[in-house]
Amino acid sequence: MIEFKNIYKQFGEKVVLNDVSHRMETGKCNLIIGTSGSGKTVLQKCLVGLIEPDKGEINYDGTSFTDMSEEDRKLLRQQIGMLFQGSALFDSMTVEQNVMFPLDMFSKLNNAEKHKRVDEVLARVNLVDANKKFPAEISGGMKKRVGIARAIVLNPKYLFCDEPNSGLDPQTSMVIDKLIYDITKEFNMTTVINTHDMNSVMEIGENILYMYQGQHEWSGNNQEIIFSKNERLNSFIFASEFLKDAKDMRMLEAKGKIDNDRNMDELLK
Amino acid sequence: MTIFTDFGRYLLMLKGMFSRPENHKMYWKEFMHQCSDIGIGSLGIVSIISFFIGAVSAVQTAYQLVSPVIPKETIAQIVRDTVILEFAPTLVCIVLAGVIGSKIASELGNMRVSEQIDALEIMGINTKSYLVMPKIAASLVTIPMLVIVAMVLGIWGGRIAGVASGILSSEQFDKGLLNAFVPYNVTFALIKSYTFAFIISSIPAYFGYYVKGGALEIGRSSTKSVVISCIMLLLADYVLSQLLLSPAG
Repeated sequence: MIEFKNIYKQFGEKVVLNDVSHRMETGKCNLIIGTSGSGKTVLQKCLVGLIEPDKGEINYDGTSFTDMSEEDRKLLRQQIGMLFQGSALFDSMTVEQNVMFPLDMFSKLNNAEKHKRVDEVLARVNLVDANKKFPAEISGGMKKRVGIARAIVLNPKYLFCDEPNSGLDPQTSMVIDKLIYDITKEFNMTTVINTHDMNSVMEIGENILYMYQGQHEWSGNNQEIIFSKNERLNSFIFASEFLKDAKDMRMLEAKGKIDNDRNMDELLK
Repeated sequence: MTIFTDFGRYLLMLKGMFSRPENHKMYWKEFMHQCSDIGIGSLGIVSIISFFIGAVSAVQTAYQLVSPVIPKETIAQIVRDTVILEFAPTLVCIVLAGVIGSKIASELGNMRVSEQIDALEIMGINTKSYLVMPKIAASLVTIPMLVIVAMVLGIWGGRIAGVASGILSSEQFDKGLLNAFVPYNVTFALIKSYTFAFIISSIPAYFGYYVKGGALEIGRSSTKSVVISCIMLLLADYVLSQLLLSPAG
């Protein structure tokens, strides 16, 4: 569980985060949503320590991250995996070397064990026969999967994903969402996802924080969001007529007025 | 004000490099990789430049020494001393500032912009230690070696050019080469090359590490780093010459 209280961050005159508090729960996909410039990325970077908040407190499973020494932070970070928006794969390394890098740096496994672990995680993200390829030789979706594989190779307790679906087609986005969701459940991780993708919100949003102009505007889950009366949230989430219709359908479905036998697993096959 | 901010951040970057490595083997691997990149990678250009610099200095010295009173051996002496004192350390390092400096700045800049540095930080790696330190250390090890190679090849180039163009015989050149040789000049050249190695690796590392923006900014910061490295290198050249060679110093 990651809990943060009264996070405040200012760049020059601009207040980017203003008194933001929330709790990211263990074993769940915790989503941070909001328009561009609402402070999602800054908040996520504050949570992992890439940016220092001006005020506020961040706790990882009850341990204060804010007051931690740099050495203790380095140790904690070995339990954090992060998938970046652009995947952030090391260009000069192959897929296999990218995934093996955290093992080389932090594990005491021998070479054979490392290769076995790399093969395991690559198989887990459905990437086979790509071990020897360089990032420039694989597609965007594959890069995301390599990024996820690298993030989970050390069995982290916390997984952060910054816009995991950006630049991907809807079908690949669903595959990535499902992968993140399954991995979160399988390893009981605290997963924090920054997203703009409404499909992700509706499919995997178990704990959603909606931010508006650097402030906590609304929080709830993907069921509660359908019934929310928050106008800012509704105009952000259900921006188009199509999405408004989808919302109405979901409301009717939730109230038991219509049946919906869609099965994500079947669709993904 | 920006100069002070930059200088302060530069010092903080250097201070931040000194921490306990997360994994000695990986750091050693990175150091060796950089040694190969910087040292072996620059050997070709250094060899070509130094050979021709030596050759040109032999021909031009002969052109200027028209008096029959001055023995031909003097040409070899002048070639030797100019190559050792100035051409090998300074000119080679100016070229290396372009070759290595732009490589370091653009490599780190690209890693910064594509969030690879953030990815390493998230893993719990001190990126200043892991990315910057091996580059500076590898430069400090390989650049003085390259300068020694440049000295040898420069003098060799002067000998070949002098003999081939009939300016002097190989015996005259060899005799002149041994005349009034001051070993301190080599020490001075090595002191310069260590100083220059530090300048041409740390300044581009700073500009690359802290780059903000995209591809355009990487290019700009790479160019800026080379220009500033060259200026600092020439300033250091003057200061070191004043301190270590000046009769008053």
